[in-house]
Amino acid sequence: MIEATLLTKVFRDKKRGEIRGTDAVSFRAEPGRIYGLLGANGAGKTTTLRLLATLLRPTSGTAVVAGHDIVREPDKVRVNIGFLAASTALYARLTAREMIAYFGGLNGLGGPDLRARITSLADELDMHDFLDRRCDKLSTGMKQKTSIARMLVHDPQVMIFDEPTLGLDVMTARSIVRFVRDCRGRGKTVIYSTHVMSEAEKLCDVIGIIHGGALRAEGTLDELRARTGESDLEDCFVKIVEAESKP
Amino acid sequence: MNWATIGIIYAKEFRDTLRDRRTLISMIVVPTILMPGVIFGMLTVATKIVTRARAEIPRIMVIGGADSPGVRAELERTAKFRVESASADWKTLISDKKVRAAVEIPPGFEQALRSGSAPAVTLYDYKGELKSGFAVDELQDFFSGLRSRATARLLEEHGLSARIARPFEVSQVNVAPPEKVGGNMFGAVVPYFFIFLCYIGALYPAMDLTAGEKERGTMETLLCCPAARTDIVLGKFLMVLTGSLFAVASSMVSMVITLGVGASALGAGAAAAASHAAMPTVDPLGVLGVLAMILPVAVLFSAALFSISLFAKSLKEAQSYVTPLTFAVIIPVGIGVLPGIELNARLALVPILNVSLVCKEMLSGVWHLGYIAEIFGSMALLAAAALAVAVRMFRSEDVIFRT
Repeated sequence: MIEATLLTKVFRDKKRGEIRGTDAVSFRAEPGRIYGLLGANGAGKTTTLRLLATLLRPTSGTAVVAGHDIVREPDKVRVNIGFLAASTALYARLTAREMIAYFGGLNGLGGPDLRARITSLADELDMHDFLDRRCDKLSTGMKQKTSIARMLVHDPQVMIFDEPTLGLDVMTARSIVRFVRDCRGRGKTVIYSTHVMSEAEKLCDVIGIIHGGALRAEGTLDELRARTGESDLEDCFVKIVEAESKP
Repeated sequence: MNWATIGIIYAKEFRDTLRDRRTLISMIVVPTILMPGVIFGMLTVATKIVTRARAEIPRIMVIGGADSPGVRAELERTAKFRVESASADWKTLISDKKVRAAVEIPPGFEQALRSGSAPAVTLYDYKGELKSGFAVDELQDFFSGLRSRATARLLEEHGLSARIARPFEVSQVNVAPPEKVGGNMFGAVVPYFFIFLCYIGALYPAMDLTAGEKERGTMETLLCCPAARTDIVLGKFLMVLTGSLFAVASSMVSMVITLGVGASALGAGAAAAASHAAMPTVDPLGVLGVLAMILPVAVLFSAALFSISLFAKSLKEAQSYVTPLTFAVIIPVGIGVLPGIELNARLALVPILNVSLVCKEMLSGVWHLGYIAEIFGSMALLAAAALAVAVRMFRSEDVIFRT
């Protein structure tokens, strides 16, 4: 469960002054559902997700992630989340196994438990062929699998995906989408950011449209359609964003 | 602080670093090769140059002296010079190093010498040039010999003993034990290398573990794990410190081996050719003192390099930030090597320079305990401050997610 309340992040830039990366964003993401954060580049998706993952501290407002407050108990929040972004890379000089083991260790796993966990993840993700190959020698698809295993090693309740299919080919992107659905099937709380309409349409149970740091609209696909009178998500999106931009 | 987490991070960084060729080169290969390279290289080159310069029979020119053929003949008889009459361009020839020196014999010199009041002889040399210096030294010897003989003859003519002009002799004996002599020359250079290597060893791990991680996108991966920020910094910092100490240790081991092997290999031949080029020996107690003194310096360098590189977004950016710091290290350490610069109350306050100077003293067997405590204490304080800055910076999202 994720519950964000008036989550706000203000960046101070020397040239541009104050920038509201995330502006009073409130929403709720339930277990067993995929909450999609849909927005253009620079809309505030990454900032919002980084706040939830406790990589950044909010300027005001807060969120409760898996029962812990992101401001007061960031360490406990991190125990319960898996975070995967286009920018979360692998250590090139470690093997896939070492990579997973490292993050298992940092999550307090060790010994035979950790080894068993790595084996079961490798079974599940079909990773045995390249488990002992260095990450810089892996193909993009293998890297994605390794990243997913890294994210899953401590079996978190909440999964945060920040544009995970960015720059991936169709087949790799599809396997990620399949994996995200699996997470929902297992009752995880999933939050997924994207700027790709078709992905949001296919994947998300609830879609939040974010623009200029603020959440402009929220609802299921049907609710958004009904609200805008458009059938295509892209048209819905444009209508909402443009309506809000006009004074 | 959770030592288990720090241990996991340290172990991973250690393994990662061992697989990074660039870092290994700066941490182990360079320090290992540098010491023997410098010791053997400098010594052999210096020995060769000096031996060759001494072996040369210098070409000199005699200005005037047409009415003093005896002096000229004596000069030639010594066989220490190739004597020629001066040509008009003798000064240019000395500048061009074709002629090493010139001697001007005033008119009527021999005549006047007999009566005991000859005018001055002038020697011309090219100051600072080694071979010209040797030639002039020989000429000085020759003329002081000539003077002694003239004095002796004059005294005899007046029925006096030659001993009157030389009532006593002065002799010179070296009482410093060999390690002190070694320490003075070698000791000035050794701390320079240790301090510098201590810096070089920390340099690449510091950049790789901070800016390098940001550049490769693994920093974000790491930060979303439950490990506390302080634990992450400490784990990483310990690796940087390891790099620094590894570099010092490698060079220390290679120095000991070089000195051991060198003493027997360089041995008699070269040592006989130029006695001052014999293998230096170093007081082991001094080396231990240097090691202890290097410890806070290594912490200081590691933390400072860590903080600076952490601020950078890429390795390239980190390199450009680190360059001024490199100068800030090289210059004070270099000043410490200069002869004649001694530790005093004021210099003891200059960071890095004070370490360089106190190490120089310890290696030559001088132990100013007051200064040693003051310098060690102040360096330890600086090191702690730098580490605190590193931890603070790592906790700052403006630094970590700088755009």
